[in-house]
Amino acid sequence: MNAADLPIAETEAPALVTATSPVLITLAGASVRFGEVQALQDIHLQLRRGDRLALVGANGSGKTTLLRLLNGLLPHDGQRSVQASPDRAKRPVTAMVFQRPFLLHLSVRRNLQLALWLAGIPAAERERRWPQALERVGLEALMRRPARALSGGQQQRLALARAWAVQPDILFLDEPTASLDPSAKREVETLIEDFGRDGMTLVMSSHNLGQVKRLASRVAYLDEGRLQVDLPVDDFFRRDALPSAAAQFLKGELPWH
Amino acid sequence: MNAFAQSLGLAFQMITEADATLWRIVGLSLRVSATACVLGAALGLALGAWLAVARFRGHGLVVGLLNTLLALPSVVVGLIVYLLLSRSGPLGSWGILFTPSAMVLAQTILVVPLIAALARQLVVDALREGGSELQAMGAGPLLAALLLLLHERLALVTVLLTAFGRAVAEVGAVMIVGGNIDGVTRVMTTAIALETSKGDLPLALALGAVLLGVVALINLAIGLTRRSPSAWVGAAA
Repeated sequence: MNAADLPIAETEAPALVTATSPVLITLAGASVRFGEVQALQDIHLQLRRGDRLALVGANGSGKTTLLRLLNGLLPHDGQRSVQASPDRAKRPVTAMVFQRPFLLHLSVRRNLQLALWLAGIPAAERERRWPQALERVGLEALMRRPARALSGGQQQRLALARAWAVQPDILFLDEPTASLDPSAKREVETLIEDFGRDGMTLVMSSHNLGQVKRLASRVAYLDEGRLQVDLPVDDFFRRDALPSAAAQFLKGELPWH
Repeated sequence: MNAFAQSLGLAFQMITEADATLWRIVGLSLRVSATACVLGAALGLALGAWLAVARFRGHGLVVGLLNTLLALPSVVVGLIVYLLLSRSGPLGSWGILFTPSAMVLAQTILVVPLIAALARQLVVDALREGGSELQAMGAGPLLAALLLLLHERLALVTVLLTAFGRAVAEVGAVMIVGGNIDGVTRVMTTAIALETSKGDLPLALALGAVLLGVVALINLAIGLTRRSPSAWVGAAA
């Protein structure tokens, strides 16, 4: 059920990071099922403007599904409501970056233009934005190159440019640096950090807790499709506040911690 | 063997001297098959893209049928089109039986399943890779499928050339619906069959050589498109 137009329900969401910021997306008792598999169960979550929310958990815990659910890409039970921001009077614009970006067999420039076209941006505005987006990620010299001939890091930067170009209120990132080498990882991380600083609301899934520490303001821990913990980043890494399963996960991921 | 060598020599002479009969037949063959492939591409690509994303009751059956039609014998297509276009058939009023138009229609029907089935498979595979991302970017299912046809255009060129190869080399359908009328509907394959039965081996061999040459050129074209993918992207930049 897509309950985007329903009024916001009181949720049982765990501690919120920025209680005064406007709410953008609310999940209330949302569940997702793929055939026999219950991918997400009874999720309560509020995403607020300016949040930098990291989703962590083991493989198969539902991180990617939650990202896609928040982005409105999945059929689900329960409520998902999207609020128009008061200053814009329209629904938040969203964009999503995947672990391995899908780029078409077209040039770098054409891939960007296509993303803008799909987002419904008018032609004149498209022509203004795509060079800006390439400049933003430092790929302007490669605009005529086949997108698929770029290195992994460059491809991910192009995916970020593609997302940035539609000027999203919320950017969803699905393990954006998981398949990159350390130097490309740093470049992409820096860009994500910059986007967050510019006021973009970020939701990302990550296995890299160091990265979560650096980029996130808030961490949600998922276990077998349930949202177990939702805490400000500092509290999450203190561990004493965590339920035992999450503390166990943290211990496993950060053996030196 | 001597007769064969003599025939080959005569065939070579006809090709190099640009024999009018020979080239009229070759020209008609290429025109009919190329037109059928253009029409078949328009129908087949749209059908393939749609079947890649459509969900309806009996979808699996339609896809299974399409895959079965890949092995459609050209004489059967010829027979069906003949029945449709014959004076008492449902399309008899068109009055195109024994004209090149009927041959185009028959060859179009022959290549549509080939193009649609292969295009569908290409789009299904590409959707597995990039479907979620295109959806997240705002593309609906059909638009995503059409974009993936663009994405896979290199592989589609191979599909279309294969379809052209099948059309230009078939004999059954054009023989039945064209009638092999000299100067009107005689194409390479029907002429080869006729001239062989008449014993005019040089013309039959010359036509055979040209047909092989056309197929060789198609293979060359397929090879070239596979070797320089970057040039293709550059052209689209």
